[in-house]
Amino acid sequence: MADQGEVKLLKTWSSLFGLRVVWALKLKGIPYESVDEDLTNKSDLLLQYNPVHTKVPVLIHNGKPICESLVILEYIDETWSQNPPSLLPQDPIQRASARFWAKFMDEKALPSMWQAFTKKGREQEEGLASIAEKLKLLEAELEGKKFFGGEEIGIPDFALGWLVNLVPVFEEILGLKIVDEERHPSLSEWSRRISDIRVIEESWPPRDKLVTKWAAIRDHFLATARASSG
Amino acid sequence: MAKEIKLLGTWASPFSHRIELALKLKGLQFQYLEEDLSNKSQLLLQSNPVHKKIPVLIHNGNPISESLLIMEYIDETWQHQNPLLPKDPYGRAAARFWAKFIDEKVLWTAFKAYNDKGKEQEDAIEEFSQQLKFLEEELKGKEYFGGERFGFVDIASFFILQFLRVLQEVKEAELMTEEKYPVLFEWMEKLQGNEVVAGCLPPREKHVAYVRARRAAAEEAASKTKAA
Repeated sequence: MADQGEVKLLKTWSSLFGLRVVWALKLKGIPYESVDEDLTNKSDLLLQYNPVHTKVPVLIHNGKPICESLVILEYIDETWSQNPPSLLPQDPIQRASARFWAKFMDEKALPSMWQAFTKKGREQEEGLASIAEKLKLLEAELEGKKFFGGEEIGIPDFALGWLVNLVPVFEEILGLKIVDEERHPSLSEWSRRISDIRVIEESWPPRDKLVTKWAAIRDHFLATARASSG
Repeated sequence: MAKEIKLLGTWASPFSHRIELALKLKGLQFQYLEEDLSNKSQLLLQSNPVHKKIPVLIHNGNPISESLLIMEYIDETWQHQNPLLPKDPYGRAAARFWAKFIDEKVLWTAFKAYNDKGKEQEDAIEEFSQQLKFLEEELKGKEYFGGERFGFVDIASFFILQFLRVLQEVKEAELMTEEKYPVLFEWMEKLQGNEVVAGCLPPREKHVAYVRARRAAAEEAASKTKAA
């Protein structure tokens, strides 16, 4: 195997964006050093290597930083192109489609989920309707395929990973079902398939810690909303 | 040959301008179809059912949506002439990072900085100024964002910044000035002086009049909603 160089990943214990990069590195067999940040007290390293956003994840390869999880995934795929699996298909049309859906998951599905989770009343209902609509589209896109890219796991699957481990946490906190077997047979099957992948399953943050963390986040948002409405 | 590549766009959209330029830089013949966004064509609705937005590139019947993704597709499919992205993975990652920054941060902050009121506007103005500083720093010491030749980030950012200058004129604001951002302004002038690039820009007065009318309509609609 060619010399990897030094690979460091700045993330947090629970960051869903950081997890994507962990999966890519582990699936491709790339050794790396992991640094968990405390975002209430950002390290000098983080501020130095991501001055524009001061966010995780940041991949540092031979001292050079790469930021933004989807950008990092493509960087990993291009730099370690000899290591299977390929994270994007070879054909340009299919690549464009994979990127399109990854973008959709981050720019449409996740914000809808966020709204459904951090609001109540009418705003929450709107969020729930929105995520339901996005899931319908994803269900249709996935139908008949093992993964979003086809036979092999890839970037759009990583982008939707939060559906597998975080949505059940949200469902528990909200007391609502967001994904179910009846409306989402393909997504449910896909979720099981994702969980069956050992490196993915081993990297899930502990569920009880996630429930505590996210319940506190929801409480915080609801309290802030109450305060600002006077 | 021209039938193989179709571009669905609008004359006023900076996202559409990006694709026009990318295709021209690659020396490609294409059919341009102007969309009326108040009356979207069947072709648009079929080609981009998820977002129903322009631009859409249709190549050999295959539709591709989202302007930055279309640019990547064009670069991957027609690799030999005028590469838009560098070859090395780090350079490619940097280009994707900055293009994303323009689309996900700069554009939206700028809208708030120009259009909002009160504290929200003040905060946005502050943030927009910081974002432009980052761009200024990134460009310093280089001919273009892409280095010696202009490329992905130049194409992504030029039309957006030109659009924001139009919005700035409509709002009679002074957030982007040559004084504050000399490097950015010199770069914009350089690109405006390039015939192929300038050919993708709409006539300035027409663009200003159009944005002015759209802002007036948006503000009227917003005040009606408030009054109701």
